[in-house]
Amino acid sequence: MAKPDNATGADLHPKTTEDVLNAVAWAAGEKLPLEIIGQGSKRSLGHTMQTVHTLNMSGLSGVTLFEPEELVLSAKAGTPISEIVDLLDEHSQEMQFEPMDFGPLLGISSGQGTLGGLISTNFCGPRRLKVGSARDHILGVTAISGRGEMFKSGGRVVKNVTGYDLSKGVTGAYGTLAVLTDVIIKVLPKSETEQTLVLNGLSDQQASHAMSVAMGSNAEISGAAHLPAGIGGTSSMTLLRLEGFAPSVEYRIGNLAKLLGEFDRQQKLDNTTSGDKWQQVRNCTPFSSCQDRCVWRISCVPSEGYKIAAAISNTTSVEHFYDWQGGLIWMQIEDAENSKSDLIRAAVRSNGGGHATLVRASTAIRNNVSVFEPQAAALAALSRRYRENFDPFSILNPGRMGN
Amino acid sequence: MSGLIMPELDQKVLNRRLEIISALGRIVPGEGVVSDENEMRVFESDGLTAYKALPFIVVLPETVDQVAQVLRYCHQQGIKVVPRGSGTSLSGGALPLEDAVLLVMSRFNRVLEIDYPNRCVIVQPGVTNLGITHAVASQGFYYAPDPSSQIACSIGGNVAENSGGVHCLKYGLTANNVLGVEMVTIEGEIIRLGGKHLEAEGYDLLGVITGSEGLLGVVTEVTVRILQKPETARALLVGFPTSEDGGQCVADIISDGIIPGGMEMMDSLAIQAAEDFVHAGYPLDVEALLIVELDGPEAEVDYLIGRVEEIARKNKSSTLRISNSEEERNSFWAGRKAAFPAVGRISPDYYCMDGTIPRKELPTVLARMRELSEQYDLRVANVFHAGDGNLHPLILYDANIPGELEKTEKFGAEILKLCVEVGGVLTGEHGVGVEKRDLMPEMFTEDDLKQQQRVKCAFDADQLLNPGKVFPQLHRCAELGRMHVHKGNLPFPDLPRF
Repeated sequence: MAKPDNATGADLHPKTTEDVLNAVAWAAGEKLPLEIIGQGSKRSLGHTMQTVHTLNMSGLSGVTLFEPEELVLSAKAGTPISEIVDLLDEHSQEMQFEPMDFGPLLGISSGQGTLGGLISTNFCGPRRLKVGSARDHILGVTAISGRGEMFKSGGRVVKNVTGYDLSKGVTGAYGTLAVLTDVIIKVLPKSETEQTLVLNGLSDQQASHAMSVAMGSNAEISGAAHLPAGIGGTSSMTLLRLEGFAPSVEYRIGNLAKLLGEFDRQQKLDNTTSGDKWQQVRNCTPFSSCQDRCVWRISCVPSEGYKIAAAISNTTSVEHFYDWQGGLIWMQIEDAENSKSDLIRAAVRSNGGGHATLVRASTAIRNNVSVFEPQAAALAALSRRYRENFDPFSILNPGRMGN
Repeated sequence: MSGLIMPELDQKVLNRRLEIISALGRIVPGEGVVSDENEMRVFESDGLTAYKALPFIVVLPETVDQVAQVLRYCHQQGIKVVPRGSGTSLSGGALPLEDAVLLVMSRFNRVLEIDYPNRCVIVQPGVTNLGITHAVASQGFYYAPDPSSQIACSIGGNVAENSGGVHCLKYGLTANNVLGVEMVTIEGEIIRLGGKHLEAEGYDLLGVITGSEGLLGVVTEVTVRILQKPETARALLVGFPTSEDGGQCVADIISDGIIPGGMEMMDSLAIQAAEDFVHAGYPLDVEALLIVELDGPEAEVDYLIGRVEEIARKNKSSTLRISNSEEERNSFWAGRKAAFPAVGRISPDYYCMDGTIPRKELPTVLARMRELSEQYDLRVANVFHAGDGNLHPLILYDANIPGELEKTEKFGAEILKLCVEVGGVLTGEHGVGVEKRDLMPEMFTEDDLKQQQRVKCAFDADQLLNPGKVFPQLHRCAELGRMHVHKGNLPFPDLPRF
């Protein structure tokens, strides 16, 4: 079989780690950029790229190790997330960081995505504020660098400080450092049950206060979101999720309701209703209907979230809701032609800092704004050197991440 | 390790000592530069006291600007730098080099901001681990990672080593509890990674810095998250006739969906030593003793105590006690917490190892260790963070007997190789430092290690920060950057494509 035609491009489908190694080594030798994809569900995230060849990792699939009593799972990078979720579910376990399903937000079918893509984007759900994100649950990786060399980092145990943590180092890198071939993650028992305490009718500022009080208590809250009026219903809803063993959840929600007694429009959501509600928050379902509008994901200091949203909505028409006690704002811009990036970033900067990422926008808009938060010069230079030491010829998802 | 080879001394730098002292004195005036041999003695080793070296010059900066200037100067002049926090590393991470400036961060000892609404604290790196908890305890909060040296170890050192403790399975390591750092590169650039927001932007350099053992930069400020103290904690003290039974009990607890706050196991020699020392009331006729601590809301803890008790009984526990008061709970822990000094009482010296293994391998590893113990004719006591698989074998020896230290180190190396062989790692929380440096090829291929060293090149291309630690062989960055590609001659045709 001949080598790929450089002019027309090829869709490479490796089946083994060896195939990936060969493909990347070839690309490195020819200095030809590759777009790395799994199922392609997150293809519209990040900057657009000029790549000729595609490295499709979906053939490198399958769970290679799962030991429930050891809380560890290892799988090939192209393994569908749904397959992993189903397997874990059979043993009442889960990826505790709650992988997001991009289907609703990006207007594609639900339940897509691979483990490699999940780790490469480091997205997580509402439980972030209690258990961290994907990077907090990764134990080890095997990957092929842009030099066409295989390396591994980490291992299958939780407590490990042997060498630099390159497993975290490649997590959230959008495939710009290395092609993941194998990923080992920590898995954890699913909660026996969950309930949500809802506070109705609060303003953003009141909700911020209520969530802060709740999070500062020992109720062990695993989700704190606020859906302003119009997002969750006609009245605003502040959601506080409690998970765990039934007697514990019952006890804590009672205490929490008392603690937040000043907010008298309370209701409780049972296990099923609570689960559905949090799935909507996690998957950003409220912004699924107007696919032509830009959506931002703003990570900020939780107590400052409502100020950022206010500063922006005073100037332009937006819809927004909060997760992570206000530390995550999902924001949809009404004006379909303009991402309002300067306005948004200025509001974040002047209210405690953080970063804003454009997660949904047309190709034209993504070509003209920085999708990711611009970094200070010294950090940007360090990040560039860091990348070049993995991928000296910029052949892996070139330009997808960064300013 | 006894035959440890450190980087070649830079004679040119050594010859310029007086000039360098005076230049550093201009940057950090007053008492900030220590160059008298007697005064520098206190810094000659860290917690791994078998290894000592007199620093070239000691500098104790007080401001970030001074740190930046010192590093910039050393970078320009090609002078090596060894960063140091409280000096409690057990792997020689802060072992001085005779031609390196020892940058001591102990004057950075202030808590800068406590932010309860966002449950985080901003501290300088010299603040002790326990100091953070003390600063927020009045409001019912604490900082979760609790290495046993927490009374003395600094948070900057915790970041450098990614320190753990006994509560890691439930609450994570340092890496999971740090939100941001300010750090200075060897070039003197001040960089911020993360902050009070929940995730840092861009590449996860914060994750890479954490646990990098002082090789990538000097941390000058740390933002950590704090947690509300659990409402209550209760513990079970369970004895088993065999380590297999104890190990199975641990697996069954986790399989039942229970993640205890702490889960510690001790073997018979450790139990005996601890009991002789603190009289905690430990049973002496068991092979394995397990402490399971459950923390959280009262209703949850009381409920789970019952479930764990049931699991323990199913696994043939021969003794079982449940704490009914704080006093009783503390008494369960007293022996475990005193295990190291207790072992110190029954032997002139002991050497503390730190491997991690998959939990299920515990019986195999203990059995193999008993064989090695006989082979080397050295006793070994084991304490085990059973929840996360982190094993601390304590090898008992006498440094006054010629050759015994060397024999101990060989035994220790065999134990660590065994940990790797069963799917574990060389170090769970103490770090590589100089101690396990030469064992790194047991776990990593040359390509693995080279990729790690390339990361070092991105931060410190001249390899001036803490050289001789972590990596068995120093490669120049130019050499690491070279590509050996075989253009047009790759076994590509077999690759399926469509």
